[in-house]
Amino acid sequence: MNTKGVDQSKRQFLTTALTVVGAVGTGYLAVPFLAQMQPSAKAMAAGAPVDVDLSKMEPGQLIRVAWRGKPVWILNRTPEVLETLKTLDNELRDPLSQESIQPESSKNPVRSIKPDVFVAVGLCTHLGCSPTFRPEIAPNDLGDKWKGGFFCPCHGSWFDLAGRVYRGVPAPTNLEIPPYRYVTDTQLIIGEAPEEESV
Amino acid sequence: MKRSRITECNDWFLERFPLTKLWNEHMTHYYAPKNFNFWYFFGSLALLVLVNQILTGIFLTMNYKPDAKLAFDSVEYIMRDVNWGWLIRYMHSTGSSAFFIVVYLHMFRGLLYGSFKHPRELVWIFGMLLFVALMAEAFMGYLLPWGQMSYWGAQVIISLFSAIPVIGDDLSLWLRGDYVVSDATLNRFFAFHVIAVPLALVMLVFLHIVALHEVGSNNPDGIEIKESKDPWGHPVDGIPFHPYYTVKDLVGVGVFLLFFATIIFYMPEMGGYFLEHANFIPADPMKTPEHIAPVWYFTPFYAILRAIPDKFAGVIGMGGAIVVLFLLPWLDRSPVKSIRYRGGIYKKALFLFVISFLALGYLGTQPATPTATIVARFFTAIYFGFFLLMPLYTRWEKTKPVPKRLTSVHSIEEQLPALIEEITHLKQGSTEIGHHAFKSAFFTRTPNPTGIKNVISRLAKNAKGSLD
Repeated sequence: MNTKGVDQSKRQFLTTALTVVGAVGTGYLAVPFLAQMQPSAKAMAAGAPVDVDLSKMEPGQLIRVAWRGKPVWILNRTPEVLETLKTLDNELRDPLSQESIQPESSKNPVRSIKPDVFVAVGLCTHLGCSPTFRPEIAPNDLGDKWKGGFFCPCHGSWFDLAGRVYRGVPAPTNLEIPPYRYVTDTQLIIGEAPEEESV
Repeated sequence: MKRSRITECNDWFLERFPLTKLWNEHMTHYYAPKNFNFWYFFGSLALLVLVNQILTGIFLTMNYKPDAKLAFDSVEYIMRDVNWGWLIRYMHSTGSSAFFIVVYLHMFRGLLYGSFKHPRELVWIFGMLLFVALMAEAFMGYLLPWGQMSYWGAQVIISLFSAIPVIGDDLSLWLRGDYVVSDATLNRFFAFHVIAVPLALVMLVFLHIVALHEVGSNNPDGIEIKESKDPWGHPVDGIPFHPYYTVKDLVGVGVFLLFFATIIFYMPEMGGYFLEHANFIPADPMKTPEHIAPVWYFTPFYAILRAIPDKFAGVIGMGGAIVVLFLLPWLDRSPVKSIRYRGGIYKKALFLFVISFLALGYLGTQPATPTATIVARFFTAIYFGFFLLMPLYTRWEKTKPVPKRLTSVHSIEEQLPALIEEITHLKQGSTEIGHHAFKSAFFTRTPNPTGIKNVISRLAKNAKGSLD
């Protein structure tokens, strides 16, 4: 190739400019492809609130409902359980839920609007397994330190019956509490915040 | 003389496509060291398994339905109602485990003979990229049957990404395409599993082989055969890949297929290791199985993840266990490639590494009890110690002199007669049997205690000596 009399710096500038324009164009073209992998409009709309009837719950009973495809637990806590919860603070990573996800109305030591009814998303904050409900005290497989709670079989995380995580387990934060509100004394809506919060 | 039609067609083709050139370059004129041993079967076997996976995979997609409502039943339909569907599925599911067995042995060969060292760094890097792509392929394929283990395994692995600070939650949401593992996730994993990752695998295999053929194959002596050439420019210690190694590899293929077929026909689930029991239950997003474990080939890395009691650090540890493998060519400072001429310290380190890899693999299949976690931490430390301390201990290593040319090892068949001679006494038969004509030709062998003792002590001495 004859390069005599060619302005090399101009040629270099044009090459660079064209490369940059091409790269920007490719970047824009990538957007729709990457964005189509985001949750679709339908998936985002599927988060409809769920009604739960509490009138038939017995003391100590746990029921599971599906909300946004996730398991949500509703647990009826007995007075004994609430007493035990007060004694655990020293063994917990975040007893006051400073770093955990919950609506303002549940940011208290028992992590619920009404102390006897506990509502939580049943997925471990570690890697998303659903922990098992183990209300018994000091069972053989979990040892004497177990005061009743939720045990994650996948990686061995411990939570108490307020969904608060113990120290020294892989899960970083307490179980997530979904937004929920009482319609009547015995009826819950999961997925809607109480009126005073939803301003 | 008039040229025949066939020759004309042949010439027409060859003038337009360099088939002869390619064939010669990569087969008949590709010189491979003449001393390949057992460990050198696994490269061609990996290629065989890849072909098996692609072929069986194509036929599985003809009846599989990538839909959360239909997927589980369509797999059962393949197993029960599709003609020979069970065979094709078992070939595919056993093939995935076979793929990892073959690839792990292939990588171990690299560690034994220093195949990752200069000038083959890029061969190793392409190989490691293949390994990562293979893991992605296996993981996404495992979601498709939509059983309990598929579902919760995917949930856990995708959640690994959420441990990354700042972008983690958005990233895992983007990967799933939904707030939980759902139909959207299944559908995109199907797309990745059947087209995107296989294409990447095939391209990487191509790059792996092109890079290998550029620098030439390593061998159990770790000597560059290109350094001693005959007057025609061929390596004196090399033999053409075709027909010598194509034929030799066919024997390996035969033996491999014997094991492969035995597993497919008699133990396709391999006691829950190849196909896990919990995966025969349809996915239930409300309930995690009591004990979840990944398929066996991921368990060493899974055990490392569980051994570290912090979400982000655990993910870093698990990723780091794979990243260090990429760095291997630069961590190893020994001037010698093959374990035959390396110092005892590398042999011991490699031995400990293999033990820790197997132990982590076992622990990863077991529930995470406190004792198991402590043992897993111990072996995790050895795993990383092998790599991270390598720049130190390979520098202290006392290597043996490396020969200029390939050495030959006596095969067992050659050594056997002398060994039998040593450990037995030869006695003329004293018993009279039937016809007199046989009497003079009748000998018996009786064990010789001193000979046996000598052989055992020599074996022990050799075993000890080979560690230094």
